[in-house]
Formats: sequence, C-alpha cells, structure tokens
Amino acid sequence: MDIFLQQLINGLVVGSIYALIALGYTMVYGIMQLINFAHGEIVMIGAMVTITCINLLLGMGVQMPGPVLLLVGLLMAIPVSMFLGFAIEKVAYQPLRKAPRLAPLITAIGVSIVLQQVAMLIWGRNYRPFPSILPTEVHIIGGAAITDLQIAIIVLALLLMGGLFYLIEKTKLGRAMRATSQNPEVAKLMGVNVNHIISMTFIIGSALGAVAGVMVAANYDQAHAYMGFMIGLKAFTAAVLGGIGNIGGAVLGGILLGIIESLGSGYLGDLTGGVLGSHYKDIFAFVVLIIVLVFRPSGLMGERVAERA
Amino acid sequence: MTDVLLKISGINKRFGGLHALSDVGLTIKQGEIYGLIGPNGAGKTTLFNVLTGLYQPDEGEFTFNGKDLFRKKPNVVVEAGIARTFQNIRLFANMSALENVMVGQHVRSVTGVFGAILRTPKARAEEAAITAKAEALLAYVGIADRAQELARNLSYGDQRRLEIARALATNPTLLALDEPAAGMNPKETDDLKKLMEKIRADGVTILLIEHDVKLMMGLCDRIAVLDYGKKIAEGVPEEVKSNPRVIEAYLGVAPE
Repeated sequence: MDIFLQQLINGLVVGSIYALIALGYTMVYGIMQLINFAHGEIVMIGAMVTITCINLLLGMGVQMPGPVLLLVGLLMAIPVSMFLGFAIEKVAYQPLRKAPRLAPLITAIGVSIVLQQVAMLIWGRNYRPFPSILPTEVHIIGGAAITDLQIAIIVLALLLMGGLFYLIEKTKLGRAMRATSQNPEVAKLMGVNVNHIISMTFIIGSALGAVAGVMVAANYDQAHAYMGFMIGLKAFTAAVLGGIGNIGGAVLGGILLGIIESLGSGYLGDLTGGVLGSHYKDIFAFVVLIIVLVFRPSGLMGERVAERA
Repeated sequence: MTDVLLKISGINKRFGGLHALSDVGLTIKQGEIYGLIGPNGAGKTTLFNVLTGLYQPDEGEFTFNGKDLFRKKPNVVVEAGIARTFQNIRLFANMSALENVMVGQHVRSVTGVFGAILRTPKARAEEAAITAKAEALLAYVGIADRAQELARNLSYGDQRRLEIARALATNPTLLALDEPAAGMNPKETDDLKKLMEKIRADGVTILLIEHDVKLMMGLCDRIAVLDYGKKIAEGVPEEVKSNPRVIEAYLGVAPE
C-alpha cells in the first residue's frame, strides 16, 4: 500500500508539471492549430535562467532563505520565457500564418533545435545541478514520503491552473481568446485583434512553461540543454491524451499521464520479473500516445475534430 | 429619410476569369430598409462581402457616413458602423448566447489586457456594462431566457436572432443581413419581419438580402436587383416588380 501511495504522490507531482506544460501546447493549438514543438525549449530556458540567477545571487554572497532565492530566480525566468515565446511567434510563425500547415510545424522543430544549440552555447553541454538551497526534510503521510518542494509544486500548479481557467472563462481577454479559437474570421469582424490574441496566448503559455521548467529542475535537482525535448514530448502526449485544444483536457491528461507513468514504473520490475526496470518509465508515455492515437485520436475530452471538418 | 448613408459606385470584383461584380453602384439612405435581390449566383453575397470588408474590390468607390471605406479591412468597416450577419450562421458555437453578444461589443470597449487581468475598477465597471448591454440586446431580439445556453444548442430561429443581437452589439449605423429568413417557417419569418421593423424604428438602417420576394416587397423601402454581377434595376418594390428586365432575369425570356 505504501508503495502505491508513494507512486501516486510522485505521479501527482510529475503530472502537475506535465499539465502546466501541456496547457502551453493546447492553448496554442486551440488558437492556431499549430503544435509548437519549441515549447519544450521554453521550459528548459526557464529552468536554466533560474539556476543561473540563483547561482549569481549565491556568488554575490546574498543571504536569503532558499525559497526566497528560488522565487527571485523564478521571477527573472518568467519574463525571459514570455519574451522568448512572443518573439518565436513573431519571427517564426507569424510569417507562415497563411502557409500550408506543414510549414509552421517544420519551422517549430527548427526553432526547437536552434534553441537547444543556443542553450548549449550559453550553459554548456553538461548537466547543471540545481543549487541545494531548499529544505530536504520529508513528511510521512500514510507510509509515503513527500517533501515541501513536492507539496509546493502541486499547490502552485493548481493555483496557476485555477488562475488560467478564470482568465479564459471570466475575463474579456479569455472571451476574445475563445472566440478567436472558434472562428478567427468572425472574431476579427467583432473587433478582436487576432494578432494580439495569438501573442498573448504564446506569452501566457510560456510563463506557465517557465514555472514548469523550474519545477522540473528543482524536482530532479538538475537541468540540461536537451531536457526540453523529452519533457516537451511527454507534455504533448498529455495534451493529446486530454484532447488537444481543450484546456481542461490538458490538465486531466497531464495528471493522468504523470500517475500512469509513475505507477507503471513502480510496478514494471515486479510485472516483468525484473527484466524491465523503472528506468523504462519513458515507454509508458509513448504507449499511451499510441493507444490514444489509435483508439481515440480526439482525446478524452476532445470533440473539436469533427466540428472543424 | 433623404440623407445618403452609404454610396458605392463603379465597384468591380473579379475572381480569376469570373467577373463577379461589374460597375455596381448604389446608394442607401439613412433610416431605410434597402433590399438586394437577384437569382442565385448573381453576386449578392459577393457585394455583401465587399460592403463589409471581407472582400477587397478591384475598382470603385465606397463611402459610408462620410468615411472612405474603399478596400478597408473588416474591423475598420465594423468600427465605421457596418455590422453583418451571415447566410450560413457563424456564431461562436461553444460560447453561451450571452458571451457571443459580449464579444460583439469588443470593438467598442477599451479595457486592455492588463486591465482585464488585474481587474482594475475601470475594467470591472466596463465588464458590468458589457454584460448588462448584452442582456438587454438578448431581450431586444427576444431570447433573454436563452442567455446561458451554448449557441450551438439554440434552435435555428434563435441562432438567427442571436446573430442579429451580436451584430447590434457593435453599435452599427447600418445592419446588413444576409438571408436572415432562410429556412424559417412563416411564423418565424413574420416575427423576424417585426424585429427588423423595430430595429429600423430605433434608428438603424438595414440592408437585406433575401429570397423571400413576398417578405421583401412588404418590408423594403427600395430594392436593387442584381443579375450576373450587374445591377439591372433599382427602385420602390412596385417599380421593381413590374420591370421587364427583372422578370426576364427571374423567369427567363420566351424564345421568339
């Protein structure tokens, strides 16, 4: 029972992070039917900038509690990622607005590679350790361990998701975003500035991505220029699982994928008699992706495919 | 009734080899209901799209309320005061009726992104005003009780009404309706006619495309007839009805 609970907690933590990143994919897809494969790199750069900031502050001998240091780093990283997301859209995607859909998709992969290489030039090719500034004590709940960091990740992720729901459902900006997503031509006719809405979508998605990047780095104690690739693919899988373009679906898909992956890797050794160990956990995400694409391509909460056809 | 509101002249629009509109000119006066009829493919909807900025005409002149709207973008046209509905209904299907009308007010509202996120008092006041106006407009077109329903779940007639409410939300001087009675039963058509008369009485000029000739004859102050992209007649309904070129366009001419 305690292994189950432990894996459930781990899955919930990782799943919250996937969900935050999946929101970035799904928002952009909802507005312009583009899979922004560079989103994983925005997550990575959020993590890298935070680590650099914290190290700089530590190097200057600043005396601050760990969580405050982390918060300062995060507050530096969010604008960087927001600007990056905004700039990528302006430079790489906006000129291709009327091009066939394959063109922006390939461009997205290109942008992703460029950002990886730039990150490697800046931060080197080695793993960057996350500074040990956070409390490491664990709380035991029902036989399972959970750290303050893990609690903070889940709480912050839920708060951000709640904020995003509020923004999309209740504010004028959100209304304009939904209108643009459902019918850009008519939205334009109603005075909605569609370019502006697209920029805002990238900016908001990138801010969530930066926070998620810091969560990943803090949770695994390291960051790497290539980390965005795998985490991006998994979040993309989560978005597809929930139904790409669907905000609630991204959250559900992310948390579900985190739990599947965590429980799967926890029991994989037992199930296969030790042939496959927990380091095979990545296969779960992609098995899920294949199953969804074969049996329910519109995802758990998706319904847009038929509507658009 | 004599002030000219909209004036176009010499409008040409070609799609490749197809001359969809050739030298079309017309004037719409303040406060009238102006009808546009013609056989299928005559260019009515093309002209509509030119008048609402969705199509850019190749040549011609287009002034509205003293402003030059020739080859202007749709949002500029809406801001100048021309709102439209579509022949095939184009609502925001997954938003509530109320929200559809709220989006319609976007063009006239001022709250920026940060105001919307931070919920400044000004933004809150504007949001309340937008909601109140949207509710009033739904009541005006007679679907106040459907406010929270998703647009796609409304009946066909109610969807038409919602499109009109959304168009009115942009505060238009001229409301352009593209076949609003299409697919409606006689009762719904009659209600629609009353609604249009009410809108006109409240000071909005109406431009109307419709196939229902009986409705048009009873409702419009003046009618223009298009055939093969050319205006072949214009005048009060009785004149148009007895114009030989119109009869020919609609019924064909007997071989000699």
